[in-house]
Amino acid sequence: MPLYAERPPLPSDDKRWRIVNGTMRKHGYSRNALIETLHTVQSSFGFLDMPAIKFVAQSLRVPLSQAYGVVTFYHFFSLKPPGKHTCTVCTGTACYIKGAEKLVAEAEKRLQIRTGQTTADDEVSLATVRCVGDCGRAPVVLFDGELSAQMDGQRLTAQLDAWRNQ
Amino acid sequence: MNTEELQQIAAGVAEEKEKYDFEVDVCMGTSCLSQHSDRIRDALAKEAEACGKKCHVRRTGCMGPCAAGPMVVVEPAGTRYGHVHESDAKEMIESLGGEPVARLDPNLGSYFEGQHFVVLENVGHIDPEKVDDYIACGGYEALLKALTEMTPQTVIEQISKSGLRGRGGGGYLTGLKWDTVAKVKGAQKYVICNGDEGDPGAFMDRSVLESDPQRVIEGMAIAAYAIGASKGFIYVRAEYPLAVQRLTVALREARRRGFLGNAICETSFTFDIDIRLGAGAFVCGEETALIASIEGKRGTPRPRPPYPAVSGLWDDPTLINNVETFANVAPIIRHGGEWFSARGTARSKGTKVFALTGKIRRTGLVEVPMGMTLRQIIFDIGGGVPDGRKFKAVQTGGPSGGCLPEEHLDLSISYDALISAGSMMGSGGMIVMDDTSCMVSVARFFMEFCMTESCGKCVPCRAGTVQMFELLTKICKGEATHRDLDQLTELCEVVGATSLCGLGQTAPNPVLSTLRYFKHEYLAHIDEKRCPAGVCEFSPVAVEVHA
Repeated sequence: MPLYAERPPLPSDDKRWRIVNGTMRKHGYSRNALIETLHTVQSSFGFLDMPAIKFVAQSLRVPLSQAYGVVTFYHFFSLKPPGKHTCTVCTGTACYIKGAEKLVAEAEKRLQIRTGQTTADDEVSLATVRCVGDCGRAPVVLFDGELSAQMDGQRLTAQLDAWRNQ
Repeated sequence: MNTEELQQIAAGVAEEKEKYDFEVDVCMGTSCLSQHSDRIRDALAKEAEACGKKCHVRRTGCMGPCAAGPMVVVEPAGTRYGHVHESDAKEMIESLGGEPVARLDPNLGSYFEGQHFVVLENVGHIDPEKVDDYIACGGYEALLKALTEMTPQTVIEQISKSGLRGRGGGGYLTGLKWDTVAKVKGAQKYVICNGDEGDPGAFMDRSVLESDPQRVIEGMAIAAYAIGASKGFIYVRAEYPLAVQRLTVALREARRRGFLGNAICETSFTFDIDIRLGAGAFVCGEETALIASIEGKRGTPRPRPPYPAVSGLWDDPTLINNVETFANVAPIIRHGGEWFSARGTARSKGTKVFALTGKIRRTGLVEVPMGMTLRQIIFDIGGGVPDGRKFKAVQTGGPSGGCLPEEHLDLSISYDALISAGSMMGSGGMIVMDDTSCMVSVARFFMEFCMTESCGKCVPCRAGTVQMFELLTKICKGEATHRDLDQLTELCEVVGATSLCGLGQTAPNPVLSTLRYFKHEYLAHIDEKRCPAGVCEFSPVAVEVHA
């Protein structure tokens, strides 16, 4: 890639790319806007695929290796598309003490998948997170990003079943 | 902006308050909001309008006792309500001016006794998205005072006099840090606020950013004036969406009122702040890793020196302080360094915010003077261990800290006392465990955390944490021998002594502290294949059966 290559065209006419471009423009297409831009891509598309990473890297003139390195370094970024719904169990210390491990096991059993995977029907993704800061009401689970505290196995599986039976 | 204008704004807020007989404050922090406190506020506002009482229903930040949420406070009586539901709105509004609704009493007991608010002085009293509310509580007086009556040097003197130490965990003297950055020559300097509250079980910074964001902005602006910086960054975890949103609004409001931007308070001082989002990497709480992350790179630390004070963000001199440290700055400048240092112990001044969680009756956020004992915090304020269980240990300092047993409950909280007891202050998480927690499993949990969060740059941390995790797993399964225990102890020493950054250097602490106070549990796992807390499941052992 020549040093002063033109900025690449938008990967498709999907309007969400304009939001991504907006973030980069706001930062003057500066290299240090890489993480901010990747955040925008993830929040707009739900995940980061190779064409997206390539587009961002070229636009900001960051080596592709560096962009890929950043994506894989930070836990927040995902290379896989999420399912229709996401169940995220908090595994911070307070939640651990209050039995988060059991919740994870319960969800894995119910969905027949491991943490970090999505069910075969693309309905539910199961993830864990290191502390969302609602430790006072542990254990905490996020259903599609919505916080539900003082969780127990019964309520958890009820929600998972409700999603799958829709 | 000058003093008269500040007073005018404050008078305007007071005048607005005068119009109402009652003020109903609804907590809208993350915890209460997740229980739909926004709907409660709407219901209360609707009822207030219907009944015709002069009543102002407001949004406020976190009030502290999260376990009793959603919280509502009614002023001027100061009545606290807990576990409020939308359907209670009518009854609550009708009771205004009369007897409070008894069944909504949160039963907080002595939760607020013994607490002393400096950082949290405004929470529950201001709307976090309104800069004028903050001004009415004395906000931005300190910045104005610093800019118009003090030189950068006298600002630093006051901070040094206060004895304030870094609240992020390190406990480095804030005044000394500011002085170092101020003395370094450089055309461009930066101020960074570390809001990457990675310690699981700690949520002080989230709460401060959500509930009183202007206080942090003011603290940063004063710091920028003192060290000669014109640009600041607040690095916040992406896991705290509400904090990011409130902060974004707060920055816009501060700019609108002229506390950020060019020619602040009619002086030549120029300063502005940008938000940078974290992306879920614990190691980014380490200052050099955080700088790399702001630069858009992988958050790996680098050896120090040079310290960020000399060569930080884009190799320019950079001041990095924690959210709570900046939140302490404005009161110090307003009241003077001596006022601040009057509270606390000889070497740890002021107050500290703790997040009380785990097996404790009243969980939530507390702010206590340094020097208070763990027993007072856990039993008097927190109400002790529920369900008739027995207190076993309290964990402070997150994955870098340690577990302290019952015999240390009378320890006075200070940076040095906690370190000599084998734990550390950390950012202020305090997780209480009862006799159903297995200490070996807890050590294993923290080691798993450090193992997955290790950035992989240096070998001792990258490989050492994996080995320690394997050994701890072996112990938990009852497959370990005394040799494994010796090896674990040895590894703790090596990893602690040779790792590059704080993550690796302190990763052995949870193991070391549990070995120090709960060695009998390790031995029970190894010798008797028994877990005293009944947590670990052992693979079946072949037992000789005599025919």
